[in-house]
Amino acid sequence: MAEPIETTEDQEAGALRVAGGTWQGYLIGLVFAVILTLASFWVAGTDLVWGPGVPILLAVLAIAQMGVHLVFFLHISSAPDSLNNILALAFGVFVVALVVFGSMIIMANLNANMMSMPELMNMQR
Amino acid sequence: MSTHAPTRAEALEVPLSERGPAPRNVVVSFGFWLFLLSDIVIFAALFAAFAVLSHETAGGPSGDDLFDRSRVLVETAILLASSFTCGLMSLAVEQRKLVPATAWGAVTFLLGATFVGMELSEFHGMIESGAGPDRSAFLSAFFTLVGTHGLHVSAGLFWLLVMFAQVLTLGFRPMVLRRLRCFSLFWHALDIVWIGVFTIVYLGAH
Amino acid sequence: MLGKLSWAAIPFDQPIPMIASLLVMLTILAILLLVTWKGWWPYLWSEWITSVDHKRIGVMYILLALVMLVRGFTDAIMMRSQLALAAGGAQGYLPPEHYNQIFSAHGTIMIFFVAMTFMVGLMNFVVPLQLGIRDVAFPVLNSVSFWLTAAGVLLVNMSLFIGEFARTGWLVYPPLSELAYSPGVGVDYYLWALQISGAGTLLSGINLTTTILKLRAPGMGYMRMPIFCWTALASNLLIVAAFPILTATFAMLLLDRYLGFHFFTNEAGGNAMMYINLIWAWGHPEVYILILPAFGVFSEVIATFSGKSLFGYRSMVIATMAICVLSFMVWLHHFFTMGAGADINGFFGIMTMIIAVPTGVKVFNWLFTLYGGRLRFDAPVYWALGFMVTFVVGGMTGVLLAIPPADFVLHNSLFLVAHFHNVIIGGVLFGAFAGYTFWFPKAFGFKLDERIGKAIFWCWFIGFYLAFMPLYILGLMGATRRMQHYDVAGWQPLMLVALLGAIVILAGIVLTGVQLVVSIRTRDQRRDPTGDPWDGRTLEWSTASPPPAWNYSVLPAVNGLDPHWEAKKSSKSRLQDGPDPKSIAVPRNSPIGFVLAFFAVMAGFALIWHIWWMAVAGLIGALMTILAHAWRVSDEVEQIVGSQRQRAAT
Repeated sequence: MAEPIETTEDQEAGALRVAGGTWQGYLIGLVFAVILTLASFWVAGTDLVWGPGVPILLAVLAIAQMGVHLVFFLHISSAPDSLNNILALAFGVFVVALVVFGSMIIMANLNANMMSMPELMNMQR
Repeated sequence: MSTHAPTRAEALEVPLSERGPAPRNVVVSFGFWLFLLSDIVIFAALFAAFAVLSHETAGGPSGDDLFDRSRVLVETAILLASSFTCGLMSLAVEQRKLVPATAWGAVTFLLGATFVGMELSEFHGMIESGAGPDRSAFLSAFFTLVGTHGLHVSAGLFWLLVMFAQVLTLGFRPMVLRRLRCFSLFWHALDIVWIGVFTIVYLGAH
Repeated sequence: MLGKLSWAAIPFDQPIPMIASLLVMLTILAILLLVTWKGWWPYLWSEWITSVDHKRIGVMYILLALVMLVRGFTDAIMMRSQLALAAGGAQGYLPPEHYNQIFSAHGTIMIFFVAMTFMVGLMNFVVPLQLGIRDVAFPVLNSVSFWLTAAGVLLVNMSLFIGEFARTGWLVYPPLSELAYSPGVGVDYYLWALQISGAGTLLSGINLTTTILKLRAPGMGYMRMPIFCWTALASNLLIVAAFPILTATFAMLLLDRYLGFHFFTNEAGGNAMMYINLIWAWGHPEVYILILPAFGVFSEVIATFSGKSLFGYRSMVIATMAICVLSFMVWLHHFFTMGAGADINGFFGIMTMIIAVPTGVKVFNWLFTLYGGRLRFDAPVYWALGFMVTFVVGGMTGVLLAIPPADFVLHNSLFLVAHFHNVIIGGVLFGAFAGYTFWFPKAFGFKLDERIGKAIFWCWFIGFYLAFMPLYILGLMGATRRMQHYDVAGWQPLMLVALLGAIVILAGIVLTGVQLVVSIRTRDQRRDPTGDPWDGRTLEWSTASPPPAWNYSVLPAVNGLDPHWEAKKSSKSRLQDGPDPKSIAVPRNSPIGFVLAFFAVMAGFALIWHIWWMAVAGLIGALMTILAHAWRVSDEVEQIVGSQRQRAAT
């Protein structure tokens, strides 16, 4: 067994195998995305949602939209050749979450404890 | 879930990890996927900076003062539509149909160019009214985050033009097909980043 | 026309940079003349400069690292001698403005252009061979990565004779690095050089990660990969995830400096601490990017020279991936003292202590590998044993520093300096030399001189302890880092011992050069005819030394761990069945790496000196180069296999 078992180029289009190979998948994705986007804009502008809940609802809608893109446009699936992509994506999401939320928490903590820059600069005068 | 007849490897139940080097298509797509993840991390750092600096308006205008949600809705619709037409372009490419591929590619290009144009006019307006990136930390972060996304879209537009030059001169050979697939990944990823941008930057400003 | 550039940029009034620049330029000139006179240009161009072969690229990376080691170490000797002199009221021989550039250049060069470059070079050379494949996933991109790194090196070294370097330390913290307080070109040299080489490193990370995950010999599932490939995978995943943070953060600082943005400025709402937060979110994964390949080297060396398989392979893999994930969760320990509250400090302190656990697992696995084996004391083993002792000491001082109250006393003291040199020298550098000595015969077909090799080790080992143990004591006594002189005369004896240590290390570096010359001169006595000079375990030892360009004419079929060792034990004559093909398609050379680097240097230099037309020209040139390459239709050339067969395991 000297050569790899599967060598045909088109045999595996990789993780990005077109799901069903039709335009219906893209259309469904578009419809879902439109609904979620309109929902986001509505939530941001309405009085009907309790104020402090708005950011969380927006976050949920944003994540849902990203999910729609990943599944319907980027064809993320549970196929075996997709596994590396999903793991890499998970690692990427982990790093993004750490960088964004970690920075926000840390900087809020620092800002609360430290004198603000305008105050500091005033002390120099 | 396989859509083809089982290959010899699958019939022998050799695990994917033991089947030897993957085909070129898989390798290139995965490498580009990793590049996209690295790009997302750049955006993460810019998002983090924006989140931390979003209230540092230094006495200048805030997001609430400056942002026009209806324009952002139009921009979002345009970019989302371009993602859809890019998908249709990909389908035509996979079927090697030159005319539909070029047509949908042209529509994608026009939509993307409109998006960039609208963004440029927004930036221009803000700078003219004294709300440029050098006014405050908030504005620096805004211009950098949104501007970096816009730069990526512009680079994508240039890439799309080059890709069509390649299709017209080299045909639908494997190398060109792989690059077109990478372009699609890139274009869809930019729409994903935009979801974050419009949610956090524009809808988040109140 | 020429932006900020003028004759005033050349430091005619400073003898030390002038003499150094002159020496460097004369050396370069001499080399160029020699190459021209001997007619080596065609060979160098087609076999090395435009090569896309991972083995050639790996060698070039390591050569670059060794050259930069000399430059970085010169800075070190200058610092040590200055501090040996500048006690009490004395001022030494280096004025503060110059001294500040020296310690900034020392750190920048050692981390980015010695440690990173050496590790990337080793991974480049070894990984495809160990995986049983012909090259990395993207060979042309590999060449681009190398040349972009070289472009960064060139820019940093140009600052020696045109302009100045940053005076801010190796991470250029704002507000000092902002335009208001660093109006010169020094910080710009730093930022553009590292943006360029950082792009190269990121591309390399993508390349190697894809290679390890998608291109392995048939039968080599994940748990049959050599442990060095696992550590290379973890390291390259970290590169892909962490280097973009560096790129973004430097970009923000550049925007502040060039376009008047306010990310990190003192006015208009900027927040300098945000820079420190982001840069260390990169910076901590960076040190794990450096150490993980070194851990891999030691795993290979210890197993090979004990004649035993690595103890606890599975737990090694888990520990490696755990370190990969945990390395992203500790970064605040680099700025405990900068205003965070006790709970945040406590969280990161505990996480820092936790990350020592998987490292401990690795140390125990190495010890258990040694136990019950028959250890052969070749030069690589000296480095491995030296590492085990030295790195553990350094790791322990790290755990000490991980305790926030202790760090409040020791932050930015010489204790800290001793700690990180302890782990970087004891870990990364010893690993680099172990790998260099171990894989040299594979690359060149003959071993390095053993006796000199051991002498080099002793110089580094003894020199390290002499140079840095006094710094631990000085740090506890209150000495801070980055000081050009000090008032406490009582510190001077320890500074003198440190200088002595540096001189001993200098001897080691000189001996490295001597070893190369002697080894090349007497190479016929230490030829490696079998391709397996150390009785190795992994696939690279089943190839000839040096391997043919395509590594394996037929990819080996792998059935378990240590396939070469298993094949030797079962006296199989070849690892693969089937005859050698008559010719093999090999990736074609490409000049675009070199050409892109040329334009990168042009654009970088122009941006530093505000020569806008030249910057645009450089960018356009780079773009044209990429477009020209996009239309290259033939990727591969046929090479005749001929009589270059894979060596059997005999």
